[in-house]
Amino acid sequence: MKVRTHTDLDKLRAEGLSSLYPSRTRIAVGMATCGLATGASSVYEALRDEAEAQGLNLDLVATGCLGYCQQEPLVDVRLPGKGRIVYARVTPRRARKLIAALISGELPMDGALAIIPDEDESPSRTGAEDPPLLHELPFYARQRKVILRNSGLIDPLSLEEYVAQGGYQGLARALLEMSPQAVVDEVVASGLRGRGGGGFPTGCKWQICRDVERMPKYIICNGDEGDPGAYMDRTVLESDPYSVIEGMVIGGYAIGAQEGYLYVRDEYPLAIERVTEAVTRASKAGLLGDDILGSGFGFSLQIVRGAGAFVCGEETALIASIEGGLGEPRPKPPYPASSGLWGQPTVINNVKTWGSVSAILARGADWYAGIGVEGNTGTVVFSLVGKIANTGLVEVPLGVSLQEMIEGIGGGGLDGKAVKGVQTGGPSGGCLPARLFHLPIDYETLTEAGSIMGSGGMVVMDEETCMVDVARYFLTFTMDESCGKCTPCREGTRAMHEILTRIIEGKGTATDLDQLAEIAAWVKTSSLCGLGQTAPNPVLTTLRYFHDEYEAHVLEGRCPAGVCRALIELRILPDLCTGCGLCLRECPTGAITGEKKEPHVIDLQLCSRCRLCYDVCPVDAIEIVR
Amino acid sequence: MQLIAQKPPPPAGVLLAKLHSINAAHGYLPESELRTASDELGVPLSQLYSAASFYASFSFQPRGRHTIQVCLGTACYIRGGDRLLEKLESLLGVEPGNTTEDQAFTLETAYCFGSCSMAPVIRIDGEPYGRLRADQLPRILKSYRHEEAGDKEGEA
Repeated sequence: MKVRTHTDLDKLRAEGLSSLYPSRTRIAVGMATCGLATGASSVYEALRDEAEAQGLNLDLVATGCLGYCQQEPLVDVRLPGKGRIVYARVTPRRARKLIAALISGELPMDGALAIIPDEDESPSRTGAEDPPLLHELPFYARQRKVILRNSGLIDPLSLEEYVAQGGYQGLARALLEMSPQAVVDEVVASGLRGRGGGGFPTGCKWQICRDVERMPKYIICNGDEGDPGAYMDRTVLESDPYSVIEGMVIGGYAIGAQEGYLYVRDEYPLAIERVTEAVTRASKAGLLGDDILGSGFGFSLQIVRGAGAFVCGEETALIASIEGGLGEPRPKPPYPASSGLWGQPTVINNVKTWGSVSAILARGADWYAGIGVEGNTGTVVFSLVGKIANTGLVEVPLGVSLQEMIEGIGGGGLDGKAVKGVQTGGPSGGCLPARLFHLPIDYETLTEAGSIMGSGGMVVMDEETCMVDVARYFLTFTMDESCGKCTPCREGTRAMHEILTRIIEGKGTATDLDQLAEIAAWVKTSSLCGLGQTAPNPVLTTLRYFHDEYEAHVLEGRCPAGVCRALIELRILPDLCTGCGLCLRECPTGAITGEKKEPHVIDLQLCSRCRLCYDVCPVDAIEIVR
Repeated sequence: MQLIAQKPPPPAGVLLAKLHSINAAHGYLPESELRTASDELGVPLSQLYSAASFYASFSFQPRGRHTIQVCLGTACYIRGGDRLLEKLESLLGVEPGNTTEDQAFTLETAYCFGSCSMAPVIRIDGEPYGRLRADQLPRILKSYRHEEAGDKEGEA
């Protein structure tokens, strides 16, 4: 069906509502990449097969990510009249038991994580033993979902369900009730800033592009999320692709572009698959193509699959990559807004920015500007990962503190260990120590502290993470990914990497630290593109906040975290060792010997200090001698 | 000369899409295919080679029947991805970028699949395995070897 009018949208909405809230049981399995990595497909199959075998009539849906990745696979069950419960860490066996319980007309409490209050049914809380409400769980209580508004709740490919959740209201409003300039003004008024990390005011960028008179113009969505430790864009594309597509059409209307490109990282096959299908379906429905919603405005969208180059996340490099050349950046200005794809005016924004645009146009600039704080309005999505109790995808209003994020939402360190610091912004960002966790999360504060907001990676480090090793890790990354075009980045990252390697090998000296700081400052000021200019940030921030760790390495030949292999030894504590043989089996170098049920021994000549034995020992009998 | 100068560039995204399709069909980029693509697209072979060698997704070497990618993204790294790699190297007897002698497995490293919440993660033929411990690896490898053995029986 072609959607031409408001009435058509209403029809879609009605269909979506009946598929979201059907009269029979609806089971939704979170099947974004994180769910799949923990076995969601076998859970889905078990539910399907068991329901079929037992003759249970139900709607089984694959949804995207609810964000609470720690608890995956998540299964959301809605039993009309009985309520709606999310089950955590579901296994195929538990899935089959779940079907059996549903047949008897009950929502079992076993494995229940939380209750979701339903649209048309009040939450079925009956007693103190009931699980809590989903939005009251500590993980969700401080969150505010705008970009992730539909993630994990709808079938990502169902246009009907997207519309039922308020989708395409923004586009309808823009195309049918507003002039292109009014749309730009609305985005300006919302205060939205680029969610790719730079934080440039989105409306301002659009205005610059709109004011250039050369045609044609282009819209690009940057989905080349290359920061290691970050998966916000992947999740949005996998869980709610229409929100991004809708945003891009709105952007096209605002600046006068009729063509858009959605560039997705090659490492995200599922995102590519879903976005491609969503574009096909939106085109079929007339929500892409000519004369959208009868407005006379036309917009087409093409998916471009990246090919594994971090630098392509930089906008000029991404544009070069779409044009078919090497993904190398070029100096700015001119900025893409005046000279972008094929030298034409181009607006390029991040996935989350586009997802925000569709929400802003639907609900209004005032609503959006009311979230967050002055100058930093709206919400931001972080992937909260690393040594943290609750890993997951988190969306908060700008201005919440790192403390609320890490202790409140994240639940503190993994296995109760002390959190030492947090890394934001990927290889372009920096490591902030726990004593700065009172800082609010906003663009300016994070930059002043030496890190950046970045696109949303937040990697938590604990006492067993060596910050020198982390700095070297990032430099290995930037050295590998440096495109090589400019000398400061190409040679500077290599030189810093060499020094850091020396330090973790226990061969560093105090002068190395000075030299490291000096090179870092050069690379920062003289590199061609943003990636080179920010590549020293991990070094600079660790030097600034974790100087004692560098000193321990170079002055005392000691790695306080017990990570750097040249500076540690592993020992089996004979009093604790039960001789179970697990470490012996796992040791990749055959360094461990011992009779069954007798204390084992590590041959330090053979030992590679990989610490696998430390990881697997069930009785903590392995000691890291620092 | 005029004609050459005026020849329009291929439309956006086409070059990468072509390389992807060759790589998907063969598991790598055979020279003969690159030559054909160069003629088809009207793009000099040198430019295709330059693009193909710039991006990490393309290989000029044939791969094994299964590709194992060990994620070394930040979250996986600090949660022990490097040690999974070390274990795999010792189990397979190859270093990253290489293929086992029996052509069964190619071992690779990657920077982030975006499955950071499941760290450490590996992917085998695109299938993700999350929250992995090194001691689970032998069983996983075995399942792929069994699958192959099963296939062979099926053929016979």
